[in-house]
Amino acid sequence: MKITGAEALLRSLENEGVDIVFGIPGGVLLPIYEALYGHPKINHILMRHEQSAAHAADGYARATGKVGVCIATSGPGATNLVTGIANAYMDSVPIVAITGQVSTPVLGTDAFQEADITGITLPIVKHSYLVKDSKDLPRIVKEAFHIASTGRPGPVLIDIPKDVATGEIDFKYPEQLNLPGYKPTVKGHAKQIKAAAKMIAESKKPIIYCGGGVISADASGELVKLAEAAQIPVTTTLMGIGIIDGDNPLNLGMLGMHGTWYANHAITASDLIIALGVRFDDRVTGKLAEFAPNAKIIHADIDPAEIGKNVPARVPIVGSAKGVIKGLIDEVEKLAIKGSVKHKAWLKQIAEWRRDHPLRYGKSDKILRPQFVVEKISELTAKDDTIITTGVGQNQMWAAQFYKTKRARTFISSGGLGTMGFGLPSALGAQFGKPDSKVFTIDGDGSFQMVSQDLATAVMNKLPLNIAILNNGFLGMVRQWQELFHGYKYSSSCMMQDYTCPPACSSPESECPRYRPDFVKLAEAYGAKGIRVTSPKDVAPAIKSALADPAVVLIDFIVNREEKVFPMVAPGAPITDMLESETE
Amino acid sequence: MKHTLSVLVENKPGVLARVAGLFSRRGFNIDSLAVGRTEDPLLSRMTIVVDAEEHSLEQVIKQLHKLINVIKISDLDPHASVGRELLLMKVQANAKNRPEIVAIADIFRAKIVDVSRSSLTLEITGTADKVAAIEDLLKPYGISELARTGKIALARGVKEK
Repeated sequence: MKITGAEALLRSLENEGVDIVFGIPGGVLLPIYEALYGHPKINHILMRHEQSAAHAADGYARATGKVGVCIATSGPGATNLVTGIANAYMDSVPIVAITGQVSTPVLGTDAFQEADITGITLPIVKHSYLVKDSKDLPRIVKEAFHIASTGRPGPVLIDIPKDVATGEIDFKYPEQLNLPGYKPTVKGHAKQIKAAAKMIAESKKPIIYCGGGVISADASGELVKLAEAAQIPVTTTLMGIGIIDGDNPLNLGMLGMHGTWYANHAITASDLIIALGVRFDDRVTGKLAEFAPNAKIIHADIDPAEIGKNVPARVPIVGSAKGVIKGLIDEVEKLAIKGSVKHKAWLKQIAEWRRDHPLRYGKSDKILRPQFVVEKISELTAKDDTIITTGVGQNQMWAAQFYKTKRARTFISSGGLGTMGFGLPSALGAQFGKPDSKVFTIDGDGSFQMVSQDLATAVMNKLPLNIAILNNGFLGMVRQWQELFHGYKYSSSCMMQDYTCPPACSSPESECPRYRPDFVKLAEAYGAKGIRVTSPKDVAPAIKSALADPAVVLIDFIVNREEKVFPMVAPGAPITDMLESETE
Repeated sequence: MKHTLSVLVENKPGVLARVAGLFSRRGFNIDSLAVGRTEDPLLSRMTIVVDAEEHSLEQVIKQLHKLINVIKISDLDPHASVGRELLLMKVQANAKNRPEIVAIADIFRAKIVDVSRSSLTLEITGTADKVAAIEDLLKPYGISELARTGKIALARGVKEK
């Protein structure tokens, strides 16, 4: 029996185990949406913006480990996906983005709502397809899911012209893949793993530096086992938060520009870096020439192009983190490294650093500080399955520093691209993927406004989301940089600036215009609950009431306006050059 | 240093754009790029000449490998490969100097493929050195138009498996 391309697409998605897609219909997508109408297996979530659809698919993928799917129509629908696709690309998240396209006879004629989306997204996809023939759809869907989810994961785009969706075919889902140019190396080379273990055995000051690749490979359990067996301290990237429990004594927290003092000093003083699923990003290494001058580097990554890209590796290992770490555990056990004895002096040194240079902020019972809010959220949601999503900017760094994440896939943040607005839509996706988890978004007032319209989607789907807005009335990270590096010239970073303000102002005061929008009213307009908190004593009660409420609850925390994220490394400086507080 | 990359790719639409786009966005300059079908109609071979240091060449090869449609990449050793380029060159010529130009063409085993009252069009194949030498010799007569294919190359000896 013949079925349409649209039906074949859905049958193919079913074959890939897809039960939820995030999207918005449009002209050329109508055949696909007709097939979706009342579909028994695939739940379509109507978003309010295509960017949110892509971020929701991304959040879903990060929370579940499965491939997230988003759909957008041709032209503006597709171009609205671009930021979301780039975000998934930078953070290596497996999503499949399906776009409608104008019919093949008018392709390339600047037809209504035509955009060359395969061309536009070329630099930000792992792979892409423009489907020219309906009969290719099943094969392409199978390839797309395979490519998105294996090797170094990433976004794959499938662009489907309208006549391809209406064309009729005999459906048969292929069993075999034929991708001669795609054979990711998953298994790390045994000889290299042996060499790495030998270096670990000889090291006196080793440190594990791990990131997103360990979470993609679902290898956090193995990583903690390795760290504990050999008593090696662990620092993670922003993407690696959750690999090791925030309370584990071996966890040094995040490193880099806003990392902990002790993580940055430990990696700088180390004699061996065991780098697993990381890419030595500039936000991590600071001034490359002065990064960890005495350390030998073992670098394991599934993407060979990352190895040796920024720093030379003494022992390069291409492979999935899971296998590599398992191999290391075996070898380390064979060599019977008595880590606790051997690294005693090193761990003691780090403990002293931790004691003398903890993460800190000015505690106050009068001034409401954003770090305090995050600490309270952390205390009150200290359950294994709470999922935190963040916006981008100061809010994100405070969440990374002060939220004690328990396990992998529960801290979801836009790392590589730094996409403001990511918090809410990724929370939606995470909540759909993990309906039994508590999902809490920590966002800033500037970041939240970038994609706030999807409050509607949260409310309409009765998701019990909690949203904390750390409202300082600024694009806070921009303001922080202007304060530190641009002579307090708060150029367009004040969200309260209106037509009555002087053209140059760097001294926000009590006469400042009223903040718009009123986030409590905004929440209420969408049918969510809004709570405003202005004093430290009201923080915990507000969070508790939000957690107990089955509805979407947004808490507008009016925090100290000119709070800064510390510690901080100036861009281009070595990572041990840290500003620790306001007074330095 | 100049390197000649021989890149075997799937013969599919958009592959050239993916390869060329990768070079430009990662900041690598292409000296020349020639592409055409191979003995297998499903495969094309791209011969790409790049000017790159060892470290960035390694990066470019690794990044190329990540493209799903790229099957194999060889950095051809100049001593163990043959490379050729085809040039079409229109040289200004009159009755007086035409014999001189024909003589130069003969020495380089270039073919004259078109003649008019005021010009000669030459077809030249050869290595980069040879092509540069004839271009240099004919420049004084006035080269009015020139088209070149870019280098194509193959490793010497039996086909590698």
